[in-house]
Amino acid sequence: MGAQKKSATPRVSEDPEDLARNPLQAILLADSFATTFRPITLERPKVLLPLVNIPMIDYTLAWLESAGVEEVFVFCCAHSKQVIDYLESSQWSSKPNFIVTTIESHNSISAGDALRLIYERNVIHGDFVLISGDTVSNMLLTEALQEHRERKKKDANAIMTMVVKQSKPSPITQQSRLGTDELFMAINPVTKQLLCYEDKAEYSKGFISLDKTLIADNPSIILHNDKQDCYIDICSQEVLSLFTDNFDYQHLRRHFVKGLLVDDIMGYKIFTHEIHSSYAARIDNFRSYDTISKDIIQRWTYPFVPDILSGSTAIKVERQGTYRASDVTVSRSADIGSFTFIGQGTKIGNDTKISHSVVGEGCTIGSNVTIEGCYIWNNVTIEDGCQLRHAIVCDGVIMKSGAVLQPGVILSFKVVVGQQFVVPAYSKVSLLQQPTHLDSDEELEYADNTSGTGEPGSDKLNGDITPDLSETAYELGAGGVGYIWSVFEGVQDEEWRQSVAPIPTDKLIKLMLEKDEDDEQLTQDGNVFSASGELKADSDDNGSGDDDNEDSGDDYVFFEKEVEATFLRAVNENVKVDHAVLEVNALRLSYNMASVDCAGAIFYSMMKLAVESPHNSASELHKNAADIITKWQKLLKSFLHDIDEEIEVVLKFEEMCLESAREFAALFPQILHLLYDKEILQEDAILKWADEKEGADAADKVFLKHSEKFIQWLKEAEEEDEDE
Amino acid sequence: MDFQVVVLAGGSSKNLTPLVSKELPKPLLPVANRPVLTYVLHQLEQSNLKDLIVVVEGEDAALVVGAWISGTFIDRLHVEIAAVPEDIGTAGAIREISHHLTTKDILVVSGDLVSDVPPGAVAATHRRHDAAVTATLCSIPVSGPLESGSSVGKDKAKKLGRYNIIGLDPGKQFLLHIATGAEIEKDARLPKRILRAVGQMEIRSDLMDAHMYAFKRSVLQEVLELKDAFQSLKEDVLPYLVRSQLKSEALSNRTPQGEENGNEKVTSLNNQVFVSRILANASIPSFHDRSSETPDGSAPTRKTHKCCAYIASSSSYCVRLNSIQAFMDINRDVTGEADHLLSGTDPNNNIGPSPKLGTKTTVGPHSMLGEGSEVGDKCQVKRSVIGRHCRIGSHVKVVNSVVMNHVTIGDGCIIQGSVVCSNVQLQDRVVLKDCQVGAGFVVTAGSEYKAESLARKEK
Repeated sequence: MGAQKKSATPRVSEDPEDLARNPLQAILLADSFATTFRPITLERPKVLLPLVNIPMIDYTLAWLESAGVEEVFVFCCAHSKQVIDYLESSQWSSKPNFIVTTIESHNSISAGDALRLIYERNVIHGDFVLISGDTVSNMLLTEALQEHRERKKKDANAIMTMVVKQSKPSPITQQSRLGTDELFMAINPVTKQLLCYEDKAEYSKGFISLDKTLIADNPSIILHNDKQDCYIDICSQEVLSLFTDNFDYQHLRRHFVKGLLVDDIMGYKIFTHEIHSSYAARIDNFRSYDTISKDIIQRWTYPFVPDILSGSTAIKVERQGTYRASDVTVSRSADIGSFTFIGQGTKIGNDTKISHSVVGEGCTIGSNVTIEGCYIWNNVTIEDGCQLRHAIVCDGVIMKSGAVLQPGVILSFKVVVGQQFVVPAYSKVSLLQQPTHLDSDEELEYADNTSGTGEPGSDKLNGDITPDLSETAYELGAGGVGYIWSVFEGVQDEEWRQSVAPIPTDKLIKLMLEKDEDDEQLTQDGNVFSASGELKADSDDNGSGDDDNEDSGDDYVFFEKEVEATFLRAVNENVKVDHAVLEVNALRLSYNMASVDCAGAIFYSMMKLAVESPHNSASELHKNAADIITKWQKLLKSFLHDIDEEIEVVLKFEEMCLESAREFAALFPQILHLLYDKEILQEDAILKWADEKEGADAADKVFLKHSEKFIQWLKEAEEEDEDE
Repeated sequence: MDFQVVVLAGGSSKNLTPLVSKELPKPLLPVANRPVLTYVLHQLEQSNLKDLIVVVEGEDAALVVGAWISGTFIDRLHVEIAAVPEDIGTAGAIREISHHLTTKDILVVSGDLVSDVPPGAVAATHRRHDAAVTATLCSIPVSGPLESGSSVGKDKAKKLGRYNIIGLDPGKQFLLHIATGAEIEKDARLPKRILRAVGQMEIRSDLMDAHMYAFKRSVLQEVLELKDAFQSLKEDVLPYLVRSQLKSEALSNRTPQGEENGNEKVTSLNNQVFVSRILANASIPSFHDRSSETPDGSAPTRKTHKCCAYIASSSSYCVRLNSIQAFMDINRDVTGEADHLLSGTDPNNNIGPSPKLGTKTTVGPHSMLGEGSEVGDKCQVKRSVIGRHCRIGSHVKVVNSVVMNHVTIGDGCIIQGSVVCSNVQLQDRVVLKDCQVGAGFVVTAGSEYKAESLARKEK
């Protein structure tokens, strides 16, 4: 760092002065603004959770110090008091050349808010490192900084350098070893400029869209699926002011990075810096907690490993990666396997087997206990005969004899598991009850810690709860204390993805088969979806039904795409129906479409989503469709003012069954019925459609035939009505 | 080499009227006084690829071309001439002659290719990877001869309309994606599936398809048979093969024994996989093999095939004669900067053996004067090609033009940027600028034309 500054000073320009005057600063977000670590984070901020027995934030701060950062602003939000107290009592408050300042906020709900607040404080005077407090790294910043500064000198618009690292996601689960979704990036191989960043796999499934102008401007672009975002950013001051200018930027990646890449009005550019031999990773979920803990134990993060970081307490590294504090009491017959950490003052009984695990300080582990791949924090009591596999056990937990934790269990603070009780796989257990409001409002996206902010003194909350702990409220067996959180509907199947437990084999096999089907579907879909229209001849085959669609031309295609994107966003981010209606209306106006088109487009997006959500059989597909229709019927209905629009929906559906979503063909009558039941379609509309189709040629009447029964039923019902 | 070469020579191309005619089909259009087909055949001969099928559109054209080839390349190449109906597309043409194909691999070359990319290298690349298809890609020439007109400040989006968007693997060996710029509306959509399998894909927009492909015969025949709607190799067959490379439909209904000349890319026999790995020089299994494996690492269950790319070095010359502008450019380049293409085709010098030049007549560089042509006094020939047995009067200026054989040019004519076909008569003081004059046309004395296409009425 010092050397680099010296080299920079002689240069004649205004920058060197800045460099000489300003020490390198960093902003550390001690709040991830996410809910992935609940229920643990309800009681303790994520950055203070122990990672191989040392709080995460210590890894981050230690790295920043070693990387030459001189001043760190720690932004705390949820449980800010705990973070501040910790920092004040820790070594970090008294380092001579490393100033740690805390910035407290109680109403920030996102990284965007945090950066806006920091901008107002006016404490950042030059380039800074933006990092969150759950990042573990040992990379050297010098090279990346130098690159960043040189680029900045040449091009004032190069405001950010992102650190990336090679890491190929699994082709089967399509997630990285850190449990994050696969990431697609387009990078110019020469300038390293980031051109496209796509981390949500749902959008435009199966294809990545690169804007034509990007291709025209860059003769060579490398698309990466094998890179991992380390969430270490070197930013120029402009980043802060950009957040202030764009007050709707919340998420660093989803809004800021994408915002800059998509609407390049300002011409700002983001660049990447790839690290090869050093380590950098962020703890984003339980799986990455597991992965990174293992990496630390295996010393990939050297020098940031427990025996060096912990300093005062003597921890010895033994053979096979076993770490042992000095005053551990281990029975002779206990078997401490490889890659295991045993903290200070822990007692381990006879015939207990521990492997690939971390056991914190002051724990008491009885006899005949099996612990495999677990993270046991401090002062935990595990009685005889317990079995723990791939679980996280927080401070003060008591497991009565014979209790069993199945893979993926999270036991939050002070939970007591009753005798012989088996905690089912992937359960999350806490003394606090699950927040009752389903996080379905749009806040959720960023708010993850709203409730965290709302309960600055979680002790108080605890106090509130303790009195009315009636024995019956617990679900943890005889003598157990704690609630098992229920999993939100829909998330259930995905629980294994980001759990501490390894992915079960049967899931892998299932995914593998699904992938095969997907592929098949995609190859077929290739005909319909390929924008390149390679198979003109093929698509002509199904041209009979969609004449009216083609008239409206390109505009309609774009409009439909936009509506689809809006709808997907609404689904993914839980936007309120009213807002979605507004957005679609805005689109309608800007594309000069009729509300008939809106109805068609929305219905199309809904059905497409249903097809694209995972399903194995027609009945599951039907269920998917039903769920989506039920959930969003209000949106659809807002565009169904009269019968023409309803007919349009039927026609659209018919068209889809013929083309893009042939899977629906078999379900046509059922879905039609469903739409009728939900009062989305009136019988008049359906009957009118049937009438219109009556005259069509045979090929066109396939679906009419399918739904003959239903129509018959409708007609009869109508006649009855008339009779009355 | 066990390679059959199919030269798609074409016939009467509409783009090239009035240059082509019944007597002079496209394959015989003179480029620097040699039929354009010479260049391809010469390159093939150099690469020792001597088993050829030349496919010509139209019976008449086939006769003319056949006569020329047997006259010129007799004893040098083993050539079969096949006539196919017009307008059936490149894929259609191959389908027509499919029963003539016997070797394991087929090299398909466009007959209008003027290039120094060695076909042998393409064939070798194809063999080395045991690929289903290998496409030749070359850099877009800086001068941009494919762009019509000489306008420089062309819209970028428009420019993309001409070129392909090509996805390559990091080793630049495999072709992962191909799309023609013209087909892309707003943004390019790239398949995640293949990207996932490979990890990274390089998207290039500065390469173009040179219309030289090597196919595995069984794959090609199968695809043509299965997909009878496919018309064009470039637009249908190649993208199809590239798209389905990780999930090969073309091979799926074959018997797994792979008896037919080992057409199976990944057979169930592990040793064969192993051999192909050695052939691919890969110490780790390539993504094709990996993505065909089941989770427990047992024998591959899914069939894959490889699509390879041969990228010609950026210095190589590679242009297709598919427009009048290209015709002019190629003539200029072959006599000029790419004159190495000429060496060996014919020992001729740029000026034929018996030129008769009048006094004070200059023939500038990058020009060519055919055998037996006569030029009068005080003429100027600059950057032009003049065919055989032409008679050029006095005070004639020929600049940036192509004059074919047996053309008579009267005194005081000025010809700029034009093509004058065989047997044309330009009477005195004709001024042509950016014109094309069809065969046998007579331009009356003193007339002036600009940017026009002159041809005899078809009877």
